[in-house]
Amino acid sequence: MSDVHERIQKLVDANRVLLFMKGDRHFPQCGFSMRAVNIVHALGVPFETVDVLSDPEIRQGIKKFSNWPTIPQLYIDGEFIGGSDIVWELYQSGDLQKKVTEHPNAEAVE
Amino acid sequence: MERCVFSAERIKDLLEKQLADCEAVVIDDVGDGEHFSARVASTEFVGKSLVQQHQLVYKALAEHMHRDIHALALKTYTPDRWSGQEG
Repeated sequence: MSDVHERIQKLVDANRVLLFMKGDRHFPQCGFSMRAVNIVHALGVPFETVDVLSDPEIRQGIKKFSNWPTIPQLYIDGEFIGGSDIVWELYQSGDLQKKVTEHPNAEAVE
Repeated sequence: MERCVFSAERIKDLLEKQLADCEAVVIDDVGDGEHFSARVASTEFVGKSLVQQHQLVYKALAEHMHRDIHALALKTYTPDRWSGQEG
């Protein structure tokens, strides 16, 4: 496993809701990142962001890590959710809210 | 090296050639040949997650992503959802 892969995996593991984006939540540097961060903010749960513009290694590495060519990219509970179009689609359908509100291990308790 | 000018028509062709039973509507959002939106239907999307559906589209456009296509807003449909859309 490459170093950058390991770095990304650690970030994903350490943050329940994690958005890889251009810029940060206060100053998004791209319209797609702005749309995604606004939606994640609207979910009303704590989240972290990674600014890929300030970390070229992650900017390249995340594309391979997720098999996804564009930024932003959203992870929830270690699962790759998608880019800004999917985030928007799942937000509109209510599925995104469900994902963050439900406890990740709720179904495992039997 | 000659730089190819990309067009909505070219993206539509690439997608419809490479994805099974594919129908694509592609729009050049601001007319700059770099920012596009696409609505894409294919039988290959059936039973796949949204992430997997978008990955199939990106794969079909492979080397053109970033080089020629700066941004692609994407919405994917399975054929049954697509026919519902067209009404």
